[in-house]
Amino acid sequence: MSQRILEVADLKKHFPIRGGLFGTTVGNVYAVDGVSFHIDKGETLSLVGESGCGKSTVGKAVLRLFPLTAGRVVLNGTRIDDMPSGTLRPLRRQMQVVFQDPFSSLNPRMRVKDILAEPIRNFGLAKGGADMDRRVAELMDKVRLPRDAVHRWPHEFSGGQRQRIGIARALAADPDLIVCDEAVSALDVSVKAQIVNLLQDLQSELGLAMLFISHDLAIVEHMTHRVAVMYLGKIVEVADRRTLFGQPRHPYTEALLSAVPVPVPGAARERVVLQGDVPSPIKPPPGCRFHTRCPYAFDRCRVEEPPLADTGGGHLAACHLNDRPAAANPLLNKAPPTAFRAA
Amino acid sequence: MPDILPDVKPRAGFLGFLRRHPTIAIGGVLLMLMLFVAIFAPFLWTRDPTALAPALRTREPSAQFWFGSDMLGRDVYSRVLYGARVSLLVGFSVAILASAIGLFIGLTSGFNRIADSIIMRIMDGMMSIPSILLAIALMALTRGSVQNVILAITIAEIPRVSRLVRGVVLSLREQPYVEAAVASGTRTPAIILKHILPNTLAPLTVQATYICAAAMITEAILSFIGAGTPPIIPSWGNIMAEGRALWQVKPYIVFFPAVFLSITVLAVNLVGDGLRDAIDPRLAKRL
Amino acid sequence: MDNRPVLLDVENLQTHFRTMDGVNRAVDGVSFSVRSGETLAIVGESGCGKSVTAMSILRLIPEPPGKIAGAIRFGGRDLLKLSDREMRQIRGNEISMIFQEPMTSLNPVLTVGRQIGETLRLHQGMSAGKAEERAVEMLRLVGIPEPGRRVREYPHQLSGGMRQRVMIAIALACNPKLLIADEPTTALDVTIQAQILDLMRDLKTSVGAAIVLITHDLGVVAEVAERVVVMYAGKKVEEAPVGELFRRPKHPYTQGLLGSVPRLGSSLTGETTRLAEIPGLVPSLKQKIPGCVFASRCPKATDFCVAVAPALEPKAPAHVAACHYAEKEAA
Repeated sequence: MSQRILEVADLKKHFPIRGGLFGTTVGNVYAVDGVSFHIDKGETLSLVGESGCGKSTVGKAVLRLFPLTAGRVVLNGTRIDDMPSGTLRPLRRQMQVVFQDPFSSLNPRMRVKDILAEPIRNFGLAKGGADMDRRVAELMDKVRLPRDAVHRWPHEFSGGQRQRIGIARALAADPDLIVCDEAVSALDVSVKAQIVNLLQDLQSELGLAMLFISHDLAIVEHMTHRVAVMYLGKIVEVADRRTLFGQPRHPYTEALLSAVPVPVPGAARERVVLQGDVPSPIKPPPGCRFHTRCPYAFDRCRVEEPPLADTGGGHLAACHLNDRPAAANPLLNKAPPTAFRAA
Repeated sequence: MPDILPDVKPRAGFLGFLRRHPTIAIGGVLLMLMLFVAIFAPFLWTRDPTALAPALRTREPSAQFWFGSDMLGRDVYSRVLYGARVSLLVGFSVAILASAIGLFIGLTSGFNRIADSIIMRIMDGMMSIPSILLAIALMALTRGSVQNVILAITIAEIPRVSRLVRGVVLSLREQPYVEAAVASGTRTPAIILKHILPNTLAPLTVQATYICAAAMITEAILSFIGAGTPPIIPSWGNIMAEGRALWQVKPYIVFFPAVFLSITVLAVNLVGDGLRDAIDPRLAKRL
Repeated sequence: MDNRPVLLDVENLQTHFRTMDGVNRAVDGVSFSVRSGETLAIVGESGCGKSVTAMSILRLIPEPPGKIAGAIRFGGRDLLKLSDREMRQIRGNEISMIFQEPMTSLNPVLTVGRQIGETLRLHQGMSAGKAEERAVEMLRLVGIPEPGRRVREYPHQLSGGMRQRVMIAIALACNPKLLIADEPTTALDVTIQAQILDLMRDLKTSVGAAIVLITHDLGVVAEVAERVVVMYAGKKVEEAPVGELFRRPKHPYTQGLLGSVPRLGSSLTGETTRLAEIPGLVPSLKQKIPGCVFASRCPKATDFCVAVAPALEPKAPAHVAACHYAEKEAA
């Protein structure tokens, strides 16, 4: 049994909508509405979904960047969801974050050296100035940046280099878990590959657990161990990479996979094009949240919300179709959307 | 490939600065000139600005009286030069004081929701009174002196600075680098000091220049209506006030202080606009 | 052999900008042509000059600080020689453009119908009533449900995908011969992107306009393009039919680019190899580069590459690349 780093159970985050003369709460944005997952040491769990599905909110909630509405977050065996911020502060060392935008994620008025020294100093990891310098230099080595660049300002670096600095800052605290919130999405194709490779190297070198939040399914498939698919604040499917990409058991996952354009001209594959748009998270539809766009929806879907249930071998999916025998399940009776051949 | 545009060589030094930020350079030079005039007024061929000469009243500009003389025979040139002292003193003092106090209030309300709701309602109340009226009312409560003018205008300007700082603080708090600092265990005071404050200073500096210009005009208005600088101290406002009665026959008494006031305010605004363009990356990309 | 007539012929396009610290050679000698009804993709990373190329075709570059040179021949005329007035007659009428950000490209205070109708009234002198009828028709064409109601709505009432459909409707309202789409799906979610790409494919057969698609997404290129131009640092480095380019890329940059994107389905085929990296950074366009623009990052580069710029030369049928060392195939 490998070591469990993070355990999240029934996490909820509702943002109140204030309105009226006295700023009373007139409604809620159900950004995250009951999400459970876990991550083990050295493992990458990817959280995928389209914009507004709540995946970034999950990341920030795990990091306790705002108070949670409900749920349990256990980090290395300690429950942190209801911990006062003073008690939590020393525990923050165990989980760090890398953000999407390499330009707004570094303070423009701090030199690289000070950016990297901040977490080291906060958690008292260095013994004196010489040790601090040594640690900062080692961090630069880890993210393959020249050591003498520590005296420069963030604006002197390119997007990819800044993202490396962001990763170095996350590593400075010597964490067990890194939350990558769309960490490679804003980068150019060739730079993206550099950062993906770096993250993979660091994971195998340091045994990091990663929560990789992304909408880029090809990148996710390339670097993850397990995948959780989110739709409108809920996880609709969780499985290990090969299972999920090979045989999705939720119509949304199937549609998502089939929508990704692949760099193979004339690739022959069946595409499920979803109609319409994602409903508002202020008023999520009753029953299964996906039924308004689902090509297979039937009466039961409109009234009864399917639970996230094991469909065999730890492959969890929240879809009523999986209650049917395999022969009558439309998801199982066609080629998976990721299996295509060049024409 | 042959080039289709002549090559541009990046220039260093003052020439380069002038080309990059012409408004700051022009405004800065004008402002320096005014500062020089204010500081060295006694050495610039002036006489005592309060010396009366009843025999030499309302003289047209001449070799003796470069800007003419007023209805009490005082030298308008000397009065205008000395008047620069009051204007600049009021402008700079108000800009510094209002920015400092506004910064403190804005940071407090940007970080404390309870303080925020109380402070901002007070500020709303203050902003509902036009700042010039508020300054007049405050002056009516006290004796006319330069210090009181500075205080009155400062109080009237504080709400605007506080709002600006609060807005900047609230948007900075959402910045990923601030969230990353929270995630790496930085305490709130350190976040304010190292991450929020330095990034507030740039927009605040721009705002301070506008406050400086506005304060100079407010001072002139207060002195013009007799609610500002006492008449013994020459200021552009009260020189104009005294020349007002003779405006149609002796326009130069009003003309020269007005020109100096306009140039100074223009200079300060040019510097402010230049700084804003230099700081705002979206505008800085343009030529 | 493709024998559709050439619609747009761009020859030796140079678009340079004067900046404070030097001349930025954003596009430096790019030539390509588009045939009637063809879809050409221009692909490259940010800063390669692909968007500037698109803007230059419509002369949407502010001059100064910019300057455009070369020739852009469209329907027998050189667009660079036309007056501003004649150019306005072409924009939105014979050539139209779709931008990346549908929210900022639509006017928030005008109804969707007005915005579609405006181009029609302006270019084709249609009456208001007629223009609205056509607007409804256009909305139906781009797959917006209840077009009769939507035509009276404002942009903020529509979702991101709908807004992009409206942009396409505006662009197609006057039956243009050429549509320039600058990253049309980049701001959209994958499922919405799939809808829009499907729509563009359908419209191409029904409307018959040629498309110049500007994108950085090789997946999108593979799905919709017939021919591809690869740009790097303001130059065209390779051009080939889409299948040929993906199967047998000749230029080291194109090879690097293709190797650096993971493929969907990689976990099934077991090809979980490391992604190929292109080391280093894009060179500054403010310095003149005497040799090959890619030499500083190229694994095959020699001193010769640094000194002498390679010319675009045919490497296979209909396939050109600018590299001294790319292998040539017999025709």
